[in-house]
Amino acid sequence: MSKKRYPRLFGILPFTGMLFLSGCDWTLLNPKGQVGIDERNLILIAFTLMLLVVVPVIIMALAFAWKYRASNKSATYAPEWAHSTKIEMVVWGIPLLIILALGTVTYVSTHHLDPYRPLDHEAKPVTIEVVSLDWKWVFIYPEQGIATVNKIVFPANTPVNFRITSDSVMNSFFIPALGGQIYAMAGMTTQLHLIANENGEFDGISANYSGAGFTGMKFKAVATSQADFDSWVNEVKGSSKTLDAATYDALVKPSENNPVELYASYAPNLFQTIVDKYEGMNPGKGHGEHKGETADMGGMDMSTHAAAGAEE
Amino acid sequence: MFGKLSLEAIPFHEPIVMVTLAVVAVLGLGVVGAITYFKKWGYLWTEWFTSVDHKKIGVMYIAVAVVMLLRGFADAIMMRSQLAVATGGSTGYLPPEHYDQIFTAHGVIMIIFMAMPFMIGLMNIVVPLQIGARDVAFPFLNSVSFWFFVVGVLLVNISLGVGEFAKTGWVAYPPLAGLQYSPGVGVDYYIWALQISGLGTLLTGVNFIVTILKMRAPGMTLMKMPVFTWNCLCTAILIAASFPILTATLFLLSLDRYLGMHFFTNELGGNPMMYVNLFWAWGHPEVYILILPAFGVFSEVTSTFSKKRLFGYVSLVWATVAITVLSFIVWLHHFFTMGSGANVNAFFGIMTMIIAVPTGVKIFTWLFTMYRGRIEFKSPMLWTVGFIVTFSIGGMTGVLLAVPGADFVLHNSLFLIAHFHNVIIGGAVFGYLAGFGFWFPKAFGFTLNERWGKASFWFWLVGFYLAFMPLYVLGFMGMTRRLNHTDNPDWTPWLHIAMLGAVIIALGIACQLIQLYVSIRDRHQNADLTGDPWDGRTLEWSTSSPPPFYNFAQVPAVSDLDAYWGMKERSQATEKTANYQPIHMPRNTGMGVLMAAFSLIFGFAFIWHIWWAVGVGFVGMIVTLIVRSYDDDIDYYVPADEVARIEAEHLKTLANANAGLAGERVNSSMEKA
Repeated sequence: MSKKRYPRLFGILPFTGMLFLSGCDWTLLNPKGQVGIDERNLILIAFTLMLLVVVPVIIMALAFAWKYRASNKSATYAPEWAHSTKIEMVVWGIPLLIILALGTVTYVSTHHLDPYRPLDHEAKPVTIEVVSLDWKWVFIYPEQGIATVNKIVFPANTPVNFRITSDSVMNSFFIPALGGQIYAMAGMTTQLHLIANENGEFDGISANYSGAGFTGMKFKAVATSQADFDSWVNEVKGSSKTLDAATYDALVKPSENNPVELYASYAPNLFQTIVDKYEGMNPGKGHGEHKGETADMGGMDMSTHAAAGAEE
Repeated sequence: MFGKLSLEAIPFHEPIVMVTLAVVAVLGLGVVGAITYFKKWGYLWTEWFTSVDHKKIGVMYIAVAVVMLLRGFADAIMMRSQLAVATGGSTGYLPPEHYDQIFTAHGVIMIIFMAMPFMIGLMNIVVPLQIGARDVAFPFLNSVSFWFFVVGVLLVNISLGVGEFAKTGWVAYPPLAGLQYSPGVGVDYYIWALQISGLGTLLTGVNFIVTILKMRAPGMTLMKMPVFTWNCLCTAILIAASFPILTATLFLLSLDRYLGMHFFTNELGGNPMMYVNLFWAWGHPEVYILILPAFGVFSEVTSTFSKKRLFGYVSLVWATVAITVLSFIVWLHHFFTMGSGANVNAFFGIMTMIIAVPTGVKIFTWLFTMYRGRIEFKSPMLWTVGFIVTFSIGGMTGVLLAVPGADFVLHNSLFLIAHFHNVIIGGAVFGYLAGFGFWFPKAFGFTLNERWGKASFWFWLVGFYLAFMPLYVLGFMGMTRRLNHTDNPDWTPWLHIAMLGAVIIALGIACQLIQLYVSIRDRHQNADLTGDPWDGRTLEWSTSSPPPFYNFAQVPAVSDLDAYWGMKERSQATEKTANYQPIHMPRNTGMGVLMAAFSLIFGFAFIWHIWWAVGVGFVGMIVTLIVRSYDDDIDYYVPADEVARIEAEHLKTLANANAGLAGERVNSSMEKA
């Protein structure tokens, strides 16, 4: 019996090993963007705080199980002992203190890492509008006047402001190497602010199951120098294809594993048109009353945190 | 005439499904044939199907749960093997059409049709015995609950061969689950299986609230109630408070799908976010519904096998109550990434972390129950120690996911999958399996084979870590859930380890089946003649194993927290007076089966739009209910002579058993002195 107890220790080895290896090439632990780095650090801080109580618990579980085994007659046996104010103060107190610390970290970090918060950075941000379809991603560059499918290019060390919606079911827009994700939902505009700290080609995915073609719903996110970005934009502008209304309607039809497409231009006000298709989401707002900054005015605008009842 | 139903609904073109169906058909025919051959239909009908005895209903719940565990595990093995082979350009052997149904079915089955009935089965067998009651408050309702649950099970399994199951994931988020994106019958199977079994669950919740509040033995105040019963009370309250939310949500989804309404569609003012909120307003309390009774099992097991009073009873009770209340204000942590503001996310994140405090307290009370005990490592105790270690890890990753900034990168990843399997398997399932071994002798009168039980534990434990630790790693590598195939060479080795883990868990399950077989074969050697095989502390051990159908010849008077332990200490345990009174008992009835049969017609017809049959099913249910309501002959008295005869027989067995055990008893009492 007693010999058999060790495999339980082996069981947790992969997990503790994971923490020691946290410097290696696992995407989330080796992020390439500031948001991702902050989120990685948050994960490590939270882990460390919790290990303060979890490690003693695991040790106690194994040690008590071993020491007070029935065959060990030399161990103290106190069958009626069932209460100790001191111990109970500690077992309520210690978790409470840790949660207090973690709660503070959470409050601060949640505001700092709020995906809607524009990043503090001297460079002028690039805006990319994102539309999830069955099963591909359409990207619109309102400042450059171009559009793509399943590929984005943007300058490194420059904040990228994503405005995200869906013209189908719910998806989640996620570039794991750069930082957190946010849902893409029809009739709504969600926001995500990311930055790449270095050049590189990163995987982009949908992180919310959306049907049969979900697995192939991938895109490439390429961070380049400003010069390379400018020349890429020019290259796209030279493309023979345009994302006019007819092309877009064809894109909306379900398709899987779409190749990258580059469009020299797109139908006017395309993103807002897509958001407004689901007008019922935004009661009381008529058509054609948008002013200027299209994305922020669109649909049920999540950017105003209308749901933030806790603030009142 | 048959709505959308035609022969085309049978998936002849799917070889995997057809082979499965063939196997199920052969096994099914074998079972039916055997029952017919041995002329057991009458026995099954009068002794089991129509029974309103909480113990028998509990046994049936667990029997179905074990069958569904095998079904759900088959799904799991298929998913793991698909992902193990579908790498590097291969798309594996399960196309999305089939694979997406499998992961949906796996989730629904494991939570609703495996974990829930296992938990409710344990509650049924144990709670009335623990509080010194003769049955639950509403025995007929209990039978109805069980059969409604069986109808849900049948619908899920029928979907395998007739039509399809949902391809939406077990949460069935609209708009994907709406008519526009899921025009098939899969989501309708999902809706009606959950609605009908959910109604049964709700009735169970009400039943147990009343049972526990109104039917405790005299002297058993709330703060003298066994901890398992406390946990079941909190679970029953959670069921009664949360299942109506699920029912209403699925009802609204049905209106969208059947009447073209727009509660959750993209268009015309529909709002899918509302579904997501409502679903988790049920879904989060649901996970506490699963785990609380398991916590109760661990409390009973730790105290019994440590031969010691439970440490910090009052803390434990308040921790349970705190979890019950808090579980309703954390649901938003399932979708921090939906775009709520920082304040909303922070609120729900911190609320979630606060639940870790009472949960941590519970873990410490088990640790300090073991402290200065004399721990006997029977398999229920092994499950308990395995649970404490495993659940601590799962709890830690859970709190990590409750930090919104961390969740933004870990949400929907395999890290999340690893986390919830870590707490549901390492918490709830380990607890149910501990409870299964612990109370098996009470239900059947013989103990389970320890050797196979321990083998099963070690396979499960090692298999669990091998299957799910790699998923934590894959989550950190950026692998999201519900992928059909992968093309990242770094992921492949971890997927292979996870596959190996699943195979080892399969060995654990095989050991349990062998354990059952061996134990039944050796039931005479392992017979529990005393009714108290573990030197137990609570009232269920004071009656025979299995208990007489009326549980207690005389309702026990309770003066201690560990009621039966106290009686044994004062040597009152074997005191029996000959002055028996007639006992009031409910009669068996087939009305529950009948009502559920009509609900099956109702649900199946709704799924396939066979409107006349919907009418037949609905009217049938209502008429059955009315007929039952006017039936006055629903109870009877067991004559005092009959009670005396049964008790005399039990006392005789007990005397023989005690004579055999006498030597042992002397030793143990010397040790206590």
